[in-house]
Amino acid sequence: MNEIKDDSAALKNEFTNLDLETPEKPYLDSNELIINMGPQHPATHGVLRVILKLDGEKVLGTECVIGYLHRGVEKIAENRTYTMFNPYVDRMDYVAAVSNGLGYCLAIEKLLNVEAPARANYIRVILTELNRIASHQLWLGTHALDIGAMTPLFYTFRDREEILKIFEKYCGARLTTHAFRIGGCQYETYAGFEKEVKNFVQFVRPKIDEYEELLTTNRIWLERTKNVGVISGADAIALGVTGPVLRASGVKWDLRKAQPYSRYQNFEFEIPTGENGDTYDRYLVRMAEMRQSLRIIEQAVNAIPEGPIMAKVPKVIKPAVGEIYQSIEAPKGELGYFVVSDGSTQPYRVRVRPPSFVNLQALDVMVRGMLVADVVAVIGTLDIVLGEVDR
Amino acid sequence: MNPAMTPVATPFFFYFLSGLAILGGLLVITRRNAVHSALALIVTLLAVAGLYLMLYAPFVAGVQIIVYAGGIMVLFLFVIMLVNLERTIKERQFNRIWPVGLAAGCALLALFLAVYAKGKSLFPEQARGLAEGNNTQQIGEMLYGNYMFAFEIASLLLLVAILGAVIMAKKRI
Amino acid sequence: MLNSLMSYLGSNVTPGEANNQLWALIYVLIIFAGVSVAVIAMNWLERKALAHFQVRLGPMRVGPHGLLQPIADAVKLLLKEDIIPSESDKFVFWIAPLIGLLAAFTVYTVVPFGPSQAVSDMNIGILFMLGVSSLAVLGIVMAGWASNSHYPLIGALRSSAQMVSYEVAMGMAVVSAILMTSLHGAGIYGASNLSDGTGTLSMIGIVQAQQEQQVWFLFKFFPLGLVAFVIFAIAMVAETNRAPFDLPEAESELTAGFHTEYSGLRWSLFMLAEYAAMIAVSSIAVTLWLGGWMRPFPHWLSGSAWDFIFSLFPGLTFLGLGAIAVRGTLRMPKHEYFRVQTIGLGAFALVLAGIGLLLLAIAIGAHSSGREAIARAADAMNNIYWFVTKIAVFMYLFIWYRATWPRYRFDQLMKVGWKVMLPISLGVLILTAIVGVIA
Repeated sequence: MNEIKDDSAALKNEFTNLDLETPEKPYLDSNELIINMGPQHPATHGVLRVILKLDGEKVLGTECVIGYLHRGVEKIAENRTYTMFNPYVDRMDYVAAVSNGLGYCLAIEKLLNVEAPARANYIRVILTELNRIASHQLWLGTHALDIGAMTPLFYTFRDREEILKIFEKYCGARLTTHAFRIGGCQYETYAGFEKEVKNFVQFVRPKIDEYEELLTTNRIWLERTKNVGVISGADAIALGVTGPVLRASGVKWDLRKAQPYSRYQNFEFEIPTGENGDTYDRYLVRMAEMRQSLRIIEQAVNAIPEGPIMAKVPKVIKPAVGEIYQSIEAPKGELGYFVVSDGSTQPYRVRVRPPSFVNLQALDVMVRGMLVADVVAVIGTLDIVLGEVDR
Repeated sequence: MNPAMTPVATPFFFYFLSGLAILGGLLVITRRNAVHSALALIVTLLAVAGLYLMLYAPFVAGVQIIVYAGGIMVLFLFVIMLVNLERTIKERQFNRIWPVGLAAGCALLALFLAVYAKGKSLFPEQARGLAEGNNTQQIGEMLYGNYMFAFEIASLLLLVAILGAVIMAKKRI
Repeated sequence: MLNSLMSYLGSNVTPGEANNQLWALIYVLIIFAGVSVAVIAMNWLERKALAHFQVRLGPMRVGPHGLLQPIADAVKLLLKEDIIPSESDKFVFWIAPLIGLLAAFTVYTVVPFGPSQAVSDMNIGILFMLGVSSLAVLGIVMAGWASNSHYPLIGALRSSAQMVSYEVAMGMAVVSAILMTSLHGAGIYGASNLSDGTGTLSMIGIVQAQQEQQVWFLFKFFPLGLVAFVIFAIAMVAETNRAPFDLPEAESELTAGFHTEYSGLRWSLFMLAEYAAMIAVSSIAVTLWLGGWMRPFPHWLSGSAWDFIFSLFPGLTFLGLGAIAVRGTLRMPKHEYFRVQTIGLGAFALVLAGIGLLLLAIAIGAHSSGREAIARAADAMNNIYWFVTKIAVFMYLFIWYRATWPRYRFDQLMKVGWKVMLPISLGVLILTAIVGVIA
């Protein structure tokens, strides 16, 4: 009468190429259970489906099913001119739209062999670093919420509002900003831009300390994040993981220092790294990154040079035949654009290397041996945005 | 401190509680669904706790609720819910040794009738002498005084049971 | 019947002891109404306080400052469709919230709001409270079972395992407090003038023991009383499934909890039972360690002058609340749409101020005139006020915990319960016994 339906067999039949069998045990034991998490789930940060193979409460293996947010962005690129495609790029990692725009503009500029003027570069750096802070703040709020602390979400969103106000005053949009153009920036900074940015930096420094006060030494936070989701540096490099996840595993690699773009070499900042590669280290690395971003913004805002904001770019953009790969350090990792031009006004191929897509592979490695409640924490700590994963 | 409470409506409560206990017991053995049986057993246990109260033993009543109804029955329910009993519900009931059961039941009935006929002379009177307010103290003194040894052995037994359960449930030692 | 009504008024024992069924029934009704109002107020307070912790306002629309929000919620829940899963066990599905509710409300028969302001003073009071609150576990297990679905079942089993584990630590902490009712130590703690008597399990007896020994058990045998209190305070948060121990009912975990399949009125019964259980365990904590209904510093600041000053507190509290409401009224936007709300808030302010003035009048009347009836009323008012205030502090703490801390993972939760709480509470128990007898 009260039969609880067991649908793990159906799941297994549906995905016959699922490599859910662990090397030790090729068949499902009677203790083992396949359950499905998502795509509608409050904690997967979007429409992500994770199939878990559990032994009681321990995770033996996972498989991520993505594609629920696939919009065919790369295919659309083949039918749009280079300038027309610029707004589409924001919609991929919608949380850090400015970085996406920066990467794309840099790639096309390289194809065209132009360089944005100094003033445009400084404006780009300021807005990109502001966006980095905003992205990390959103990450912190949602990650803490998944682990159970409800309050930091409201604090981070309140402070993020100031950044969004600056964006709105600059280019009219808060989230999907389309801030940059190929060759520089379209809009001049508005009157009071420098003052507002400086005020913001003063405003947000103690707020970051506030977030740390709530969480960093909290015993429950430590127990939930220490030694949870550990990935070694070698594993991270092998999987292609980049961004704060890589840096927390001890690898000091940041594209802003390794392959500087957009005049980042003029600024002085540090690259925070962690030691253990667990969730707590990733948390500390991102908090430190927010502070380093503030340093960069301060230096940039004090030294914006005068000059044009747009390079000499033809009205109709027709790059020479060729291909280019340009990557930047987005808040989530290495965001790369591989653009193939066939000489016409529309690109032949635009391939985006989203950081979240590659980082998501690490989920399997991180979560084996952990408990089910940790899966949620690990997905949060990877800081994925499904718009980017699926494009 | 607290004076002994005067009893109120004793016949009504006695018949009500014992009727409830008997009804619960009958439901335990007649329900097909094991969860319903467990719930009926809880009703029986609570009714018995009420009967203890009427016998001026409030401590025993309290402990009955805490240990039996609140602890042991929760454990029973855990086991029932985690084991798939659907198969047994559909099975045909079988009792091939029912004559033996009937004989045992009749013998028990004869025993009860004999006790009732012989009357109160079989039971010592001193139970009524204990003031109700001292039930806890009396039990404490007995348990830690006269029956100390038995108490310690019982706790050792429980410890062995706990160890056995932990060892059997762990996957690797 | 009038005789029965009148005969009790002169006594100073609880109706249970005075064998007065009519007054016992009246007390039961008063407590039932009081707890229901408290639960509703707690619902509003939780939403408002959580919101203010999170830099937002909380409910503001339904009634002035959201004061009528709980009523709107109740109406909405009543009007919802009653969904029962088709494959579920209907009888068990129906009865599960009732058992939780019964267990949560039955404990109030022994909660002592004053030496004679309780329904009945059982001489196994504390045992009764612990026992009946452990029956609430049954309600949760049955709710998970009756939903006939994996996740509520696992959530229910986890939730009940958590409650049962923390009951052990709770019980040990309670026993060490009970020990303190009879053990006085031999001089180090300065209580050698009192002789060891027989302890008591009755709630009123425990508070009276604190009164006689002139110390709140929180501070007795320092720091043992404090440690026992802290253990109980943590265990009671786990017992009621509140943050940071609310994994079984959190939404961002896989198992959404035992009340997933419950909607509408049935779900609200679970919430009612949860809040009532919170108030009940807080009242255990207040009775055992915080001196129950006694006002602060009854012996340091003793004498009729101090008694009078402290008896002004209830009236002043209500007047203070009324003043806050008046300030709220004055700050309401001066717009057509807010007229009804402003009037409502103003009326509420007047009611609060009126209650405050009434309580002040009782206090002053008891002090100046010597009439027995008013003195009795002032006594009852004081006792109930201090008891309820201490419970209110605990309620605020519950909300504060929920706003601040992340939640424990289930295995960490169980580890804390068995490997940390239990040994410490055992240690406190043994040390209390030793200190009480020989120190």
